[in-house]
Amino acid sequence: MIARGLGRSYGDPAQNAGGEVLAPLPGAIAEPAEDGTVEVSAGTSLHELMRFLLPRSRFLPVTPGTRYVTVGGALACDVHGKGHHRSGSFGDHVASFDLVLPDASLRTVTPDDGDLFWATVGGMGLTGILTSARLRTVAVESGYISATTQRLPDIDSLLAEMASSDDEFAYSVAWIDTEAGGRALGRSVLSRGDHATRAQLTGRAATEPLIVPGEPRLAVPFVPPVGLVTRATSRAFNELWFRKAPRFRSGEIQSIGAFFHPLDGVAHWNRLYGPHGVVQYQLVLPEDRDDVLRSLLAQLAGDRHPTFLAVLKRFGPGNQGWLSFPTAGWTLAVDLPVRPGLARLLDRFDEVVAAAGGRVYLAKDARLRPELLDAMYPAAARFRALRSDLDPHRRLQSDLGRRLAL
Amino acid sequence: MIDALGQPRTVLLLGGSSDIARALARAWARERAGLYVVLAARPGPGRAAAAAELAALGCEVEEVDFEATEIAAHPALVEEVAAGRDIDVAVVAFGVLGDEERAWQDHAVAVRLAEVNYVAPVSVGVCLAQRLGRQGHGVVVTLSSVAGERVRRSNFAYGASKAGMDGFYLGLGEALRGSGARVLVVRPGFVHTKMTEGRKPAPLAVSADEVADAVVRAVAEGDDLIWVPRAMRGVMSGLRHVPRALFRRLPL
Ligand SMILES: Cc1cc2nc3c(=O)[nH]c(=O)nc-3n(C[C@H](O)[C@H](O)[C@H](O)COP(=O)(O)OP(=O)(O)OC[C@H]3O[C@@H](n4cnc5c(N)ncnc54)[C@H](O)[C@@H]3O)c2cc1C
Repeated sequence: MIARGLGRSYGDPAQNAGGEVLAPLPGAIAEPAEDGTVEVSAGTSLHELMRFLLPRSRFLPVTPGTRYVTVGGALACDVHGKGHHRSGSFGDHVASFDLVLPDASLRTVTPDDGDLFWATVGGMGLTGILTSARLRTVAVESGYISATTQRLPDIDSLLAEMASSDDEFAYSVAWIDTEAGGRALGRSVLSRGDHATRAQLTGRAATEPLIVPGEPRLAVPFVPPVGLVTRATSRAFNELWFRKAPRFRSGEIQSIGAFFHPLDGVAHWNRLYGPHGVVQYQLVLPEDRDDVLRSLLAQLAGDRHPTFLAVLKRFGPGNQGWLSFPTAGWTLAVDLPVRPGLARLLDRFDEVVAAAGGRVYLAKDARLRPELLDAMYPAAARFRALRSDLDPHRRLQSDLGRRLAL
Repeated sequence: MIDALGQPRTVLLLGGSSDIARALARAWARERAGLYVVLAARPGPGRAAAAAELAALGCEVEEVDFEATEIAAHPALVEEVAAGRDIDVAVVAFGVLGDEERAWQDHAVAVRLAEVNYVAPVSVGVCLAQRLGRQGHGVVVTLSSVAGERVRRSNFAYGASKAGMDGFYLGLGEALRGSGARVLVVRPGFVHTKMTEGRKPAPLAVSADEVADAVVRAVAEGDDLIWVPRAMRGVMSGLRHVPRALFRRLPL
């Protein structure tokens, strides 16, 4: 069996062919303690949690690109957000969690427990079933972000800008137009920001500073018979995205949803990719391997694969999670519609990334070759050994676990 | 595990020296480096050539002795192959055609044809279904034939054996529903291979590579029954309903 949250992983960690998949527990949130920690059930979504915390002037230190993930899923994937360079990933803010081990015993685990804690943070649900967690939260004055947006003409200026001034902002991420090649390679829109203070708010925002994010307003009603993401549409879309962004604008007040979770505004957006679907490929490279980053971007731009915007972010140092994805350096995430030749392209990318000391994100993977896993995740062997101890009969199984022999 | 791009990691080819089996392995190997291929076939130059060809394409190749009519050996063979690794795709690619007129007049030839084309597929089908059902994933691909869809005078012994195995595997696919394992029945028309060498090609003839490409696609899409070429489906659907008196006079 394997636990499932809201199934927002692009890959197959919450799938289990021929086995059982456990539905998430109902959301449940206790009143925050004095020190700001909050006890929640593992099935609580970050959406519910934010709507609970914001009226209390508190916020989550880490929010991924969608609010529709559970605490269990966020912990099991050790998810990261736009703030990783300053505040690390989800597991860094977990005071403790309750875990049902494969032998059916229940354990409360804290960072002091060492191995079991850091094997479970990022452990893709393969160490046990999380039932609840105690999370640290941060104080905020408002549910708004004071955002700075700027357009950058190429990869050099983007990397230089991020390396030199990301640390001045709590949050930072760039959208790259992957269709642009040549001198425009890496042209991008850099979006950074901080939580807005009360004093920064004007108008409606000032009267309702602790506004909570709402439900999606648009929906894609069905899967079209052919994918709508083609070379032509993605080109047009990327061009438009780049043109509509301001050259430079700072101090713009944006809602939490608009800043962190743009896709959450459209329910079932993934259907646009058509019946063959999409894979997302996310890699991280050490900071000094921007040469590899450039070469991969050039290959994407030169390839026939249509890609909507890719997301680039500069990670700060990683934590001790054995299979945690973030490590200091450049992380690039790109959506690729499934089409012939994609397997070969991504296999090539994997090899280059592994050779450069980087890795791919397991939450988004559904196709990595198992041979490369240990090179990317040096603690994989330790993880297997721990599983053999905890779960000799392999009661916990997932497609990802079997595919990668974890 | 077949991945999100429809690519298997481990393929078992029963009748691994056949042209279609080899073309299939090549097609998967072209998409992915490091494919693990188990060539289950009679030892000899055919299997050695297939192994060398696949190794050159970057596959890891394991050769296993397999004789279709040695029914008693099948269960152990499937268990041994799957001992160390899950089987993502198993291809039932063996079969005989032979001389159509001897195939109903020569007792030994007729019985052997039925054994190789019907009894042996049933035997391996049962073993594979057990194993893949236990795994909870994987696809059994079986190479049936349009000859089994409407059995005709000119090759009825062959056609009848294919009709039998086709029906068995379609049923097996139904029985496996919900287990995670699947069955794909492939009905090619005339395929240019060693088996059909020297025969007059029928209309809509295809190459082994065309069959392979269609199978690779069908495995990725999760289909359970395909015709190659696709147009054969319509042709056969028409032929199925032709009255016997007329069917007899068709030049088939
Ligand atoms: C639009 C979009 C944007 C995204 N942006 C980001 C991003 O910016 N950063 C980032 O890091 N990720 C991002 N992701 C990925 C997503 O955050 C993770 O995949 C997350 O883990 C999904 O949570 P989930 O609740 O849907 O879990 P699922 O996808 O259902 O499961 C994920 C894993 O968690 C395990 N799990 C779930 N619940 C439990 C439990 N109770 N006990 C034990 N294990 C459990 C599962 O077994 C599985 O291994 C994004 C995804 C989408 C769709």
